[in-house]
Amino acid sequence: MLLFNKIGVKLMIAVSILVILILAVFAYFSIKFQSDILTAEVERHANQLSETIRQSTRFDMLANRREHLHNIINEIGKETSIRNVRVLNKEGEIIYSNLENEIGDMVDKNAESCYVCHAENQPLQKLTIKERTRIFRVNPDSARALGIINPIYNEISCWQADCHAHAKDKTVLGVLDISVSLKDIDETARKSSMSMLIYALIATLLIAIIIRLLVKHLIQKPIRNLVKATNYVAVGNLNYRISSTRKDELGVLANSFDNMTKKIAEMRMQLFQSDKMASMGKLAAGVAHEINNPLTGVLTYSSFLLKRAKDNPEMKADLEVIVRETKRSREIVKGLLDFARQSTPKRGKVEINEVIENALTIVSNQLKINHVELHKEFNKNITQISGDSNQIQQVILNLVVNSIDAIGSKGGTISIKTDQIKLSPYGIAQVRKATCPKGHDLMDEEHKINGRPSIKIKANSGNNEGFIHLDPIYGNHNHHYGIQFKKNEIIKLSCPQCNISLVDENELTPDCNAPAYKIIIPEQGVLKGCTRFGCNWQQWDVVDQSGEKNFVEIIISDTGSGIDNNDLEKIFDPFFSTKGQKGTGLGLSVIWGIVDNHNGKISVDSTLGKGTTFKIDLPV
Amino acid sequence: MENKTDILIIDDEKVILDAIQKIVSLDNFSSDACLDVDEALLKLETNTYKLIISDIMMPGKDGFQLLEILRQKKIATPVIITTGFSTLENAVKALYEGAIGFIPKPFTLDELVSIVARGLEYNKIFKNKYSLKARSMDELISYVPCPPKYYRLGFDSWLNNSSEGTIKIGLTDLYLKSINSIQSLDLMKVDEAIYQGGVCAKLTDNNELVHQLLSPASGKIIEINNQLFETNNLLEKDPYFQGWIYRIIPTDIENDKTNLTPCSSDF
Repeated sequence: MLLFNKIGVKLMIAVSILVILILAVFAYFSIKFQSDILTAEVERHANQLSETIRQSTRFDMLANRREHLHNIINEIGKETSIRNVRVLNKEGEIIYSNLENEIGDMVDKNAESCYVCHAENQPLQKLTIKERTRIFRVNPDSARALGIINPIYNEISCWQADCHAHAKDKTVLGVLDISVSLKDIDETARKSSMSMLIYALIATLLIAIIIRLLVKHLIQKPIRNLVKATNYVAVGNLNYRISSTRKDELGVLANSFDNMTKKIAEMRMQLFQSDKMASMGKLAAGVAHEINNPLTGVLTYSSFLLKRAKDNPEMKADLEVIVRETKRSREIVKGLLDFARQSTPKRGKVEINEVIENALTIVSNQLKINHVELHKEFNKNITQISGDSNQIQQVILNLVVNSIDAIGSKGGTISIKTDQIKLSPYGIAQVRKATCPKGHDLMDEEHKINGRPSIKIKANSGNNEGFIHLDPIYGNHNHHYGIQFKKNEIIKLSCPQCNISLVDENELTPDCNAPAYKIIIPEQGVLKGCTRFGCNWQQWDVVDQSGEKNFVEIIISDTGSGIDNNDLEKIFDPFFSTKGQKGTGLGLSVIWGIVDNHNGKISVDSTLGKGTTFKIDLPV
Repeated sequence: MENKTDILIIDDEKVILDAIQKIVSLDNFSSDACLDVDEALLKLETNTYKLIISDIMMPGKDGFQLLEILRQKKIATPVIITTGFSTLENAVKALYEGAIGFIPKPFTLDELVSIVARGLEYNKIFKNKYSLKARSMDELISYVPCPPKYYRLGFDSWLNNSSEGTIKIGLTDLYLKSINSIQSLDLMKVDEAIYQGGVCAKLTDNNELVHQLLSPASGKIIEINNQLFETNNLLEKDPYFQGWIYRIIPTDIENDKTNLTPCSSDF
């Protein structure tokens, strides 16, 4: 932004100009007033002096002691502040002066000292003190001077004196003219205006600085936050909040902005949801129609057979399974349509052990055919959990079928264990939102680890630069490294967007005394971890403090073929399948979705050739 | 020249035709199977059936068009609609267009047997009173039509405004007559939600057949008529007043009514 476009600068300039104007006017009148008082003082002083000279020379004049008079004028003229003392006669001739060389000169009647009386050739006789005073400059560049004339009037004693120099009919005999230098006054005024100017400059500067600070704190900062927030929202981060604590108008604006973003986010979510629902609805309708027809065949024929198999208990039991499971399929398809209509899911109390038993009944034949030995280790005292038993049964069924497939025809063991456990959030809690200290979103929805969006951060190793995707599960360490690191190397971590360092050099981790990295988890504190490559220390205080929670744990392990390590992280991705034509690749992603919907967690551990273990933890 | 075939089945899937034929044959009913509506219409030119079972989505004409054609041709044979696209909307539309029953796929043997039994009863009622091909209710006298101001969903259920924005719902006398005396009544619970076209009650008859009643409106049940369990045969005696089933708070009664037939049109 251009400097002059800033509100702060504009306000600063405007206020400064105003302050300067006000101070200038104030200074002008103040100096003028001061100067007037001083001038009046000098005037009074000059007048007094003039009177004194007139009085003191009166006797000499009467006695016509010119030499004596001259001396007095000369003596007085020596005073430094007095520029000139002279006496003019009526014709304008200088008869006495402290400046010897002008004696005898004629003064122009239009000259300043004479003009007051001789204007329009009408000599005035009585003059006020103001009228007798004049301020003038001898030369344009010399100091100002104040001149005062004092008319010497004719008196009885004058024309009766022995010298008979003056006639009786004259009114004014001459003029005593004193001029005093105003150099000192001018100097004082100049100094005054100088200091005024300095004070004005300092005051203006101070005001400008104060305004700058006020504007910065009261306007610029909140506005910058607002602009930042709008930028975030513009790029689609609708979870960004300003969270202003201010009570002023900008605070209200920030809160209203937050509120608006929240509403937009909700609206977008709703739109997204309805969009999803609409396409889901179309899909469901198609699927329902396609699946319901073959299901009708199965259901009618099996129920038909069931009716005819009344006398054959063994076949009847098998057929009952078919009928029951086909009815279950019917419920699933209906559920799909219900889902499309967004009717509430069938949540209820789920008895996990019972659900597992039901699932096992369905596959019991398959288990037998594949020579699978089943180990069941159920904790009978598991509390019921809240959920959809159909969906959970689907999860178990899918996993067991997968296990049977993995075991193949050569035979093996599947063990199913249920238990009620308390879990610390370590290894359970998932980071769903993460930002750098500047608020940039670090979550990478594209790059998933075990089916969950990862945390993307930039890493530097020597001259190498690349990205690390951190496992979003607190305490899990299936991080994906984009570049090579040396063993035990301390990695420099930064935000991919703004490059701000995520490492706090002052905080050292307890295990290896390396600096800790810090990732902001909005509204949930800070996730800390060790920057040393290979160290697994992590700490998330907020989550740790929330304490342990009750979970029902289901562990299904098999002695099957196992899953390749490279495939392990992809198995929960939709359409990922190792079964080739046999599978759709949707099974595990659906399972993952169901477990996630129940706020649970599913994890897998596998060794190629040894077997696979799935662990499901569902909150009670 | 009429043959003695009982049931005409129309579906574009052979396996379903076979299945239905197999099931109805258990009760010794004879049946004809057609793969589309045109073929069925040809058969209807020469034959009279006691019951028609038709799919909705088929190549060529669909099930709803069949209902329309039958109405135009004044063929009074009761029609049961079935479909794999088993939405509530289709159920409501089928009943509104004149079908006497709706059975979503996939169905079990018992479900089909029940609805077929009911369909054949309808046929008897129609035939007893009139041998002519009439479909509208005012031509049928052997049962009590629902009162004016009531609305009905096909021949299944009715609704009537009750106090304070609630409505009462019940079943029609014609529906009752199509069931061979009720043995037990399986109702939903208070606070449960019901949907227009969704099953809202199950009635078991003397032959252990379970009949499903489709609801005329969507809403939340706030009251169940307990008199039904205390007074013998209350439902049969007074299906329109004392024999109401639920009182519900409807979700969108105006919209629901667009899918219902005003009973005043029956007079």
